[in-house]
Amino acid sequence: MNFIQERLFGGKNGMIGIAVLAALIFIILPLTLDLFRLNLVGKYLTYAFAAVSLVLLWGYGGILSLGQGVFFGLGGYCMAMFLKLEASDPESTKIQSTPGIPDFMDWNQLTELPWFWEPFSSFGFTILAVLLIPSIFAFIIGFSMFKRRVGGVYFAIITQIIALILTVLIVGQQGYTGGINGITDLRTLNGWDIREDSSKYILYFINAILLFSVVFLSRFVLTSKFGRLLLAMKDKEDRVRFSGYDVSNFKVFVFCLSAMISAIGGAMFTLQVGFMSPSFVGIVPSIEMVIFAAVGGRMSLIGVIYGTLLVNFGKTMFSETFPEFWLFLMGSLFIGVVMYFPNGLAGLWDKYGYKLTSCFKKMQCINVIKTFINNKSTSKLDISSK
Amino acid sequence: MKHKDITLAIEDLTVSFDGFKAVDSLNFYLDQNELHVVIGPNGAGKTTVLDLICGKTKSTEGSIKFKDKELTNLAEHEIVQAGVGRKFQTPSIYENLSVYENLEISFPRGRGVFSSIAFKCDEEVDSRIKEVAKEIFLEEFLEMESALLSHGQKQWLEIGMLLIQDPELLMLDEPVAGMSVKEREQTAELLNRICVGRSVLVIEHDMDFVERIAHKVTVLHQGKILAEGDMKTVQNDPKVIEVYLGH
Repeated sequence: MNFIQERLFGGKNGMIGIAVLAALIFIILPLTLDLFRLNLVGKYLTYAFAAVSLVLLWGYGGILSLGQGVFFGLGGYCMAMFLKLEASDPESTKIQSTPGIPDFMDWNQLTELPWFWEPFSSFGFTILAVLLIPSIFAFIIGFSMFKRRVGGVYFAIITQIIALILTVLIVGQQGYTGGINGITDLRTLNGWDIREDSSKYILYFINAILLFSVVFLSRFVLTSKFGRLLLAMKDKEDRVRFSGYDVSNFKVFVFCLSAMISAIGGAMFTLQVGFMSPSFVGIVPSIEMVIFAAVGGRMSLIGVIYGTLLVNFGKTMFSETFPEFWLFLMGSLFIGVVMYFPNGLAGLWDKYGYKLTSCFKKMQCINVIKTFINNKSTSKLDISSK
Repeated sequence: MKHKDITLAIEDLTVSFDGFKAVDSLNFYLDQNELHVVIGPNGAGKTTVLDLICGKTKSTEGSIKFKDKELTNLAEHEIVQAGVGRKFQTPSIYENLSVYENLEISFPRGRGVFSSIAFKCDEEVDSRIKEVAKEIFLEEFLEMESALLSHGQKQWLEIGMLLIQDPELLMLDEPVAGMSVKEREQTAELLNRICVGRSVLVIEHDMDFVERIAHKVTVLHQGKILAEGDMKTVQNDPKVIEVYLGH
C-alpha cells in the first residue's frame, strides 16, 4: 500500500492531484459536456500522452525532442492501417477497379496490397506495432545520436528534421500512405462501429484509463533511481559517466519509452477522431506538444495534462473567433512561459497554490463565524419578538 | 619493488593536440597504499594525465595499465567499473538532489537501465551512505539539498561519492581548492585515512597541504617528469626551483 502510494501516486499531495484530475476527466466533463465537446476533450487527451512523454524526456531527462509528433503519428498510422483494411473488404469496395484494397490505393493505380500493409490485417499485430514500431524507430535514432554524444540543441534540430522528412515521405508516397489527406473513412474495429455515440463514450473512457496508466507508469519510473539519474545527468552528465554509468543507454531508454507513450496517444487519436493524416506528424504538431508540456509544467505529470487541455481549449475557442490571431497568441504564450514561469502551471500552483487553499480555508472560517453571528442575532431577535 | 604491488603503470604515454604534446612519453608508477601527489606549474599536463587515465581524453600513444588491465581502449564507465574513481577540479555534484541522493546515486549497484529502475535503497545501502557521510563530515547534512552546501563541503561530498564506490585508485584534482584553513586540515586527515587499502593520486598546488599528505611527489613540467621522490628531495631539486622560481 505504502509502495503504491509513494511510487505510483506520488505521496499524499500527488494522490490529491490525481483524485482531482480523475474526478474532472471521469465524472465532471462527461456529465457536463455534450458528446461533440466530450469527443474534442478525448482528442485533446490523446495529445496529453505526448505531453506526458515530454515530462520524462525533456523535464527529467533534459532532452528536448521537437519530433514527438513522429511517434504520435506512427502510432496513429499503425492503428489507421488496421482500421482501413477492415473498412476495405471486397464487398464495400466492389466499385473499385481492384476491390479489397484501400480506396486511395485504387485511385493511385495500385493493383495489390503492398507487403508492409499485409500484417496490419491482424489486430494483435497492430497493437504490437503501435507499441513497438515507434520504439524501434526511436531506438535507431537514439542509439545513433546518444552513442555519439549528440545532445542539446543539435538533438532538437535533428528530431525536428526527422518530423519534416516523415511528413514529406507520407505526402509523397500517396499510393501507400494516403498522401496529404491521410487515411480516412475508418469505420469499424473488429466489427465494432467506432462512429456510433456509445462507441465514442467508451473510447473516451478507454483513452482516459490508458492516460492514467501511463501517468502511473511514468511516475513509477521517475521515482526510481532511474528518475534521479535522469536529473543527475541533466545537471552533471560527466559526473554520472565517471560514476560508472553508460549515460547513452539511459538516454536511449527514456527516448524509446517516450516514443511508446506518444504512440499510444496517436493510436487513440485515430480511434476517436476517425482518421489520421500527416498534419499530426510534422513540425507544427510536434512543437505544439512541447508547448503543452511547457505550459503545464514540464516537471509535472499531472500539470502537463492540464496544460494540454487548457491550450487546446484556448486554441479551439480563439481559432473559432479570431483564426489569424491564434498563432500569435500561441507564440506569445510560449515565450511568456519560458520567460516568466519556466515551471508552467504546476510551478505556479506550487508557488501560489497554498495561498489559494489557505484563502479558501479562511473563507470557510468566515462563513462559520457569520452563521454563528447570524444564529445569535436571530436568536436574539427571537427573544425580543417574544 | 615487487611487481604485484603496482596499482597503476603508465608507460610511454603521449597525447598530442594538433601537434602540441600535452603529455610527452610519460612513465609513471603508483603503488598500493601510496598517496602520490603530482605538482607542476600551469599547463604542465597534470589534469590531462588524469583525463587520460579515466578515459576522458584518448591517448595518442603508450599504455595505461591498472592492475595489469589495459585502460586506454575502455569506455569511461568501464574504467570506473574496473575500480578507478576521479574527482573533478570544480566540485561536480548533483546540485538539485540531496546529499543522501547524491551518495545513493553513486552507490555501485543498479548501474544498468533496468537494474536502476528495480534498485531498492535497502539496509546495506543506507548504512553505507551514513558511514561515508560520517567520514566526509556531512552526517548532519544528509537531507540538505546539496546546492546549499559550502564550497568545501561540496568538495567533500564529491570525495564521498567516490568513496562509496570503494575504488582501488582514487584520483583527486585539487581537492582543497577554495577551502578554509580548518577544512584543509580536516581534508588532510581524511586523505590520510582513506589511502589505506587503495592508491590515491592527487593534483595540488598548496605546498603546505602537499607536505602534510604526500608519500611521494612527482613534478610535471611541459608534459614530462622533472623530478620524483619525497617532498624534501623534490623541494631541494635545483631543476624544480628553476621551474617554479626561475622565470
